[in-house]
Amino acid sequence: MKKLATNFSNIQKSRRFYGHGVPGVKLEEVTGKLIVVEGADGSGRSTQIARLVDWLEICGHATVQVGLKRSTLVSSELEKAQEGNILSRTTLSLFYATDFADQLENMILPALKAGFIVLADRYIYTLMARDMVRGMNEVWLKNLYGIALEPDAVFYLSVEPQELVQRNLAKSASLDYWESGMDLGLSRDMFDSFVKYQTAVQAAFRQLRKNYGFTIVDGNRPVGSITKELRKKIRALLVTK
Amino acid sequence: MKTFAELNFPGRLIAVEGLDGSGKSTQIYLLKRWLEAEGVKVYFSEWNSSELVKSATSKGKKRELLTPTTFSLIHATDFADRYERHLLPLLRTGYVVLCDRYIFTAFARDVVRGCPPEWVRGIYNFAALPDIVFFFKADLEVSLNRILEGRPKLKFFEAGMDLRLSNDPYESFRIFQGRILEQYMAMSRKFNFIVVDANQHVERQQALVRKIVSERINLTQFRRRSPLPLPPAVPRAMPPTNKAKEAEEDMAA
Repeated sequence: MKKLATNFSNIQKSRRFYGHGVPGVKLEEVTGKLIVVEGADGSGRSTQIARLVDWLEICGHATVQVGLKRSTLVSSELEKAQEGNILSRTTLSLFYATDFADQLENMILPALKAGFIVLADRYIYTLMARDMVRGMNEVWLKNLYGIALEPDAVFYLSVEPQELVQRNLAKSASLDYWESGMDLGLSRDMFDSFVKYQTAVQAAFRQLRKNYGFTIVDGNRPVGSITKELRKKIRALLVTK
Repeated sequence: MKTFAELNFPGRLIAVEGLDGSGKSTQIYLLKRWLEAEGVKVYFSEWNSSELVKSATSKGKKRELLTPTTFSLIHATDFADRYERHLLPLLRTGYVVLCDRYIFTAFARDVVRGCPPEWVRGIYNFAALPDIVFFFKADLEVSLNRILEGRPKLKFFEAGMDLRLSNDPYESFRIFQGRILEQYMAMSRKFNFIVVDANQHVERQQALVRKIVSERINLTQFRRRSPLPLPPAVPRAMPPTNKAKEAEEDMAA
């Protein structure tokens, strides 16, 4: 644990936005760490983040958590619009981008400037993957999310779609409409649609991985072994080289 | 980027742009009245008017939560919603769509607010170009006075107060509008703006607008054939055309 006493200063050389970023940010002031955990519902994201927060805080690190659809600006409106399922794909995409930008500027960047470790329960990759499955152009998405800060680490919890179904049903005895991609009309059968949709999303993630390198973590294993792997990788990130 | 005509849409899109107080809304309203009276299928859409996005936008504005990036994105969301749900289907159905402000408003404003021009243009590249863009160019002082006389309390974002140009809202508004005008003028040629001298009388401007519209768009193609309003139709303020009357009589018989 003592090894965790950190000095972030010389790891900042690679801090960058994916594109133009947001106006008015001095990157040298962004001294914290941004750690992203990606994966489908049921991949164990939230569990792992909770465990990581525990561990990091006990070690003396200040943490902040962010996630999709949590902005003060648009989260409730976005929720409402989704209930009616009346948004077309570009609108939905931009709505989510607004939600992301609001959190980036008002939560993520301020916390990083204050030296916090920010744990993001999903980031732009889920948003991009979902949009790609809905036929949005990857170049368009890349430009849109050029506002995003490149994280220090991105872990993708990879779980087989069939296993995801089991976990989701065990948890809530139902499948989420959007996580099943029901808006896409892949199948009228929700189970079938879920598997098809998650398979397509995983393919989109593989495509995105070419440009946005992320670490794939086998999420089919027991919770404890996944946490162990994540800790090990994060520890390496925090210790001064 | 192509216009709707170039993309073989049956409909046509006419947009008006200009500073606040340039008189563009009056002009597009009069154009709409004329087209309706001509029996043309016409739909009017206003910037920042999507029901879905409105509550978020107004909250953001009221509480001054918006940054240049979220300001830009929330307006893009609003535009996308209107574009995908109303404009595209109507243009496919052969409507003449009138837009009070189009993507050029974002190109001008967001860039003045500090967003990178390529980023903003990239976001809006899903939208086709209007078939006609009228730019109402009044002297800066004229538009400023129109706004400042009629509505003395300027809103925070409207005055560009987020840019910290001046602590005085009026002064801030002047500087802000001046910069927007520069942006508009810089893109005028690239996007084939038809620049209308907005210092002229309302009637003269409208006569010019109608002349250009009738020269560039064969309006007979866009007349209503059926008396049944197609959803989402504009409430019909004008008497039905002769053809429509005949059809009604036929149906009654």
